[in-house]
Amino acid sequence: MASSPTLPKLVGSRVKRREDPRLIQGHGTYVDDVKIPGLQHLAFKRSDIAHGRIKSIDTSAAEKMEGVEAVFTGKQIAELLRPMPIGTPFPSPDHHAVAIDMVRYAGEAVAVVVAADRYIARDAADAIVIDYDSLPAVVDAEQAMQGKPAVIHEKFPNNIALGPIPSGTGASPDGKHLDDSAVEKAFKDADVVISQRMYNHRLVPNAMEPRGVVAHYEPGRSFLTMWSSTQNPHILKSMIAGMLGLGEDQVRAIAPEVGGGFGAKINIYAEEYVCAAVSKRLGIPVKWIEDRSEAFVATTHGRDILCYIDVAAKRDGKVLGIKMRLIADIGAYNMLLTAAIPTLTMLMANATYDIPAIRTTLTEVFTNKTPTDAYRGAGRPEATFFVERAFDMLARELKMDPAEIRRKNFIAKDKFPYQTQMGAVYDSGDYEASLDCALKAADWKNLLKERDELRQQGKLAGVGLAMYVEVCGIGPSATLPTGGWEHAQVTIERDGRISASTGASPHGQGNETTFGQMLADQFGVPIEHITIHHGDTAVVKQGIGTFGSRSQAVGGAALHMAGTKVRTKMAQFAGALLEAAPEDIVFESGKIMVKGAPAKAKSFAEVASFAYIPVPLPAGMEPGLSADAYFEPTNNTYPFGCHIVLMEIDRETGEPRLRRVVAADDAGNLINPLIVEGQIHGGLAQGIGQAMIEEAVYSEDGQLLTGSFMDYALPRATDFPTFEMHSTYTPTPVNPLGAKGVGEAGTLGSTPAVVCAAVDALSEFGVKHIDMMLRPEKLWRIIQGQGGAA
Amino acid sequence: MVPISIIVNGKPRKAHVEPRTLLVHFLREQLNLTGAHVGCDTSQCGACTVLIDGRSAKSCTVFAVQADGSEVVTIEGLAKGDQLHPLQEGFWEEHGLQCGYCTPGMIMSAVNLLNDNPKPSEAQIREGLSGNFCRCTGYQHIVNAIQYAAAKGGR
Repeated sequence: MASSPTLPKLVGSRVKRREDPRLIQGHGTYVDDVKIPGLQHLAFKRSDIAHGRIKSIDTSAAEKMEGVEAVFTGKQIAELLRPMPIGTPFPSPDHHAVAIDMVRYAGEAVAVVVAADRYIARDAADAIVIDYDSLPAVVDAEQAMQGKPAVIHEKFPNNIALGPIPSGTGASPDGKHLDDSAVEKAFKDADVVISQRMYNHRLVPNAMEPRGVVAHYEPGRSFLTMWSSTQNPHILKSMIAGMLGLGEDQVRAIAPEVGGGFGAKINIYAEEYVCAAVSKRLGIPVKWIEDRSEAFVATTHGRDILCYIDVAAKRDGKVLGIKMRLIADIGAYNMLLTAAIPTLTMLMANATYDIPAIRTTLTEVFTNKTPTDAYRGAGRPEATFFVERAFDMLARELKMDPAEIRRKNFIAKDKFPYQTQMGAVYDSGDYEASLDCALKAADWKNLLKERDELRQQGKLAGVGLAMYVEVCGIGPSATLPTGGWEHAQVTIERDGRISASTGASPHGQGNETTFGQMLADQFGVPIEHITIHHGDTAVVKQGIGTFGSRSQAVGGAALHMAGTKVRTKMAQFAGALLEAAPEDIVFESGKIMVKGAPAKAKSFAEVASFAYIPVPLPAGMEPGLSADAYFEPTNNTYPFGCHIVLMEIDRETGEPRLRRVVAADDAGNLINPLIVEGQIHGGLAQGIGQAMIEEAVYSEDGQLLTGSFMDYALPRATDFPTFEMHSTYTPTPVNPLGAKGVGEAGTLGSTPAVVCAAVDALSEFGVKHIDMMLRPEKLWRIIQGQGGAA
Repeated sequence: MVPISIIVNGKPRKAHVEPRTLLVHFLREQLNLTGAHVGCDTSQCGACTVLIDGRSAKSCTVFAVQADGSEVVTIEGLAKGDQLHPLQEGFWEEHGLQCGYCTPGMIMSAVNLLNDNPKPSEAQIREGLSGNFCRCTGYQHIVNAIQYAAAKGGR
C-alpha cells in the first residue's frame, strides 16, 4: 500500500480562498438573486426635504396604477411596528420606521409601495404626492448645540443627544465624579502647548452591494424567513422577532453572499422591519433592493467628529497631558450603535503613548442629516487622527523628527498589559518594533533625502508618519448589548468529512478559508473535506456577527474550542479502537494513530464511522462527534502599527499624489497572510480615500450634495501607488489563537499619515494643519497664499 | 412589448421585453444570469459589465432592445466548461476579490483591457480599471490578478 501523502500545515500560510470559484464565475447568491414564487417588490417614497412637517400625503394615483398591490403611509406602518429600538443605553427620541408627521433628514422614508415588479414599484412611489411645511435645516453641529436654527427633537433641547460626558484621568467610570487636578497640573508644567481644532469629516460607507431584503412570511406556518445583506443575521433575527411579536423560533434570518459591509450593515434598518411587517401583513413574499442613490441617504454614514485638542509637552518632546473636546454630529436619529461609536474615540485617546493625564469630553448632537453609525474603524480612526496629527504638530513645533517624538512617548513593551488613562487595558504590544519595522521598510533616512531632493527640484514633497493602536476582537459581553461572545459548532460526519458553523458572518473576510485552515490542521485532514457554514440562523444556531475586527479573534477562538472538544472525544473513540490511551493519540494526514507507533493507525473516516456505529460502545461514552462552543473573551485585543507615506503636490494645480505608502501592521498571529494583506489593502484604500478624496457634503438646506458616484469620489485604482506591506507579530494572550483582528487596521494610520505628509509638503507656506479632505482647490489656495489652513 | 433576439453566452435567446427594460435586468431576471450585478444607478461602478459584440459595456446603461441582434457574453459564459479563463484564474490565485460583488464586472472589464493591450503596464491596468469600483481590495490584488493573466497570455 502506498503511504498517504503528508498534509502540509495550513495555518499561517497563503491558502487560496475557497469562496472564490463561485464568485469568479458569477455563481454567488446575493439578496437580489433570491427568487420566490409570488414575490412582490417593495419601494420607498423618501423625503426630499431635510426638515419639515408632513401636511398631507396623497397616495391615490399610486394606488390606481396597474400592478400595485398595496401602499402604506407612516401611520399605517406604525400600526404594524412600534418605534425602532437602539442598542445603546442612552436616551433616544422615537424613531418610526416610516415617518408619520415629521421628516428629519432628506431620504427618510415616508411611504411604502408594494407592486408586481421593481419598475412599477418605483413608478408608484414617484406618483405619491406629499405636501410639507419646510423647517430650517440643522446642518452645523456647533450651531445645533445652541438650538440653531431649529430644534429637531422636542425632548432634546439644543439638539444635544448626549453629554457632555467626561472620561479619562480623574473621571469615575460613570462620569459623575471628576478630578481635573492631574490634567491641570500637566498643562501647568508644560513648556509647550499645541492647540488645534480638527474635523474628521463625514463619509459614506458605500459597500459595492447596496442593502437589500427579501421577507417571506408563511401564514400557514406562522414563520418568517428573511434574507438580508447584513453583517449579523442573528441580531437581525432577534430584533425582527421582537418587533413583530414573533418568537425567535419563528424567524430565520439569512445573510447570503454579502457584498461588503464596512460597518454600515450592522444596524438593523427600517427597511428590514418594514419588509418583514408588510410580508406578514399581506401574507406574501416581498423584496426591496436599495438603489445606489437611495443608499447614499438611507444607509448610515460614518465619522463626522469635531475635536478641539490641546497637547501639553516638555521641550524634550515628552507629552504630559492631552485634552480633547469632541462633538459628534450623529445625524437625525440614534441607530443601533450610533451613540457608542464616538465613545470609542474617547477610549482610544491614549493611542500608543504613555501619557500621564488625559481629559476627553464628548457631546453628541442631532442634525438634519442621515444618521451615523459604525464605518470601518468606527471611532478609532478619529482618535488616531486627532492624536497623531497633534503629535505631528508638536514635533514640528519642537523641530523633532516625527518618529523620534513618538519613540519618546511610547508605552514600553514590558508595560503590558497596560492600563490606559481611558479605562482600556491594552493586551500586548511592541510599538517601537512596529515603528522600526516601518522606518526600515521605508528606508526613512533616504526617504527624507528623496523628499529634500524633490524639494530642491522645486517640487512640493512631504513625508508623513502615523502610529495607531485599535480596540478589536469586540468584545466581552459587558461591552455589547447582544453579548460579546461568538459561537461555533463542529461536527465530524459519519464519512469523516467535517461540517462546521460559525456565528461570524462574513462579507468578504474569507472565513470559509481561514476557518477551514484551522480545522484542517486541528484534525489532520484535507481542507477540501471541510464545509464552513455561516450566515443562516437555521444552520448556525447562535451567533453575534462580524464587526469590530472580531471574526478571527472571537469567532475563530470559538471554532478552535469546539474543534478541541470534538478532537478530544474522537481521540477517545480512537483510543478504544487502537487500545491506547486517548492522550497518546495523534491526528495526522487523514490518519489517527498512536504516538510513536505509526503502524497502530486507523483512517480518520474509520474512527468517524465507529463513533456513529459504536459497537461495542466504549464505557462511559455517548455516540456521535459533534460539539459546540461559546468563546467569551476576557478582554479586547489591541492590534497596532505604523504607516508612512511620501506625497508630492503639484505646485501648479494643488493636486496631491502619493508616491509611496508603507504599512507595518501587527495583528498578532496570522492564520492566512494573503487574506490579512487583502484586508489591510482595503483598509488603506478607505483611510487614504478619506484623507484625499472622499467627503459627504451637505448644503445649507440639508441636501446631500455628494449623493451619487458622480459627486462622491469613491477611490479608483489610479488613486493608489503599490502598497508596501510589512508585519510584526505580537500575539494576544486574550484568545488561544493569539490573533488580534485586522479588518479595520488599514484605516487607522493611513489617514493621519497622508495629512501629515500634505502638511509637510506645504510647510514652506507656514502650514501647521489642514482639514481633510485634501481637495486640490484647497491645497492650491494654500499655495497661492489664500488661506485655508491653520 | 418588443421582440428581441440576442445570442447570450453562445446561445440564441428570443424574448419579449418592455422597451424600458435594462439589459442587466433582462439578463438577471429573464435569463437568470445573476452574475452581472447592479451597484449604482449612474454608470460609474461597473459591477454590471458584460461584453457586447466583444466590447465591454455597462449593462445597466443599455436597454435590452438596444442589444437586439448582438452577441452578449456574461461572467457565466467566460469559462470553457471546467477550464477557467486566465483572468478568473488570476483573480483566484492573487486574491483579487473579497466580497465578490464587483468581481464579475471587474473581470469582464479586464477581458476588454487585455484584448486591447495584452501586455499592459501597471499604470495601464490601473487606468484601464477606472470604470470599475472595488471597495474591498484597494485594487492591488486586482492589478496582480490581471498581471497574472497577462503573463499567461490570457484573454
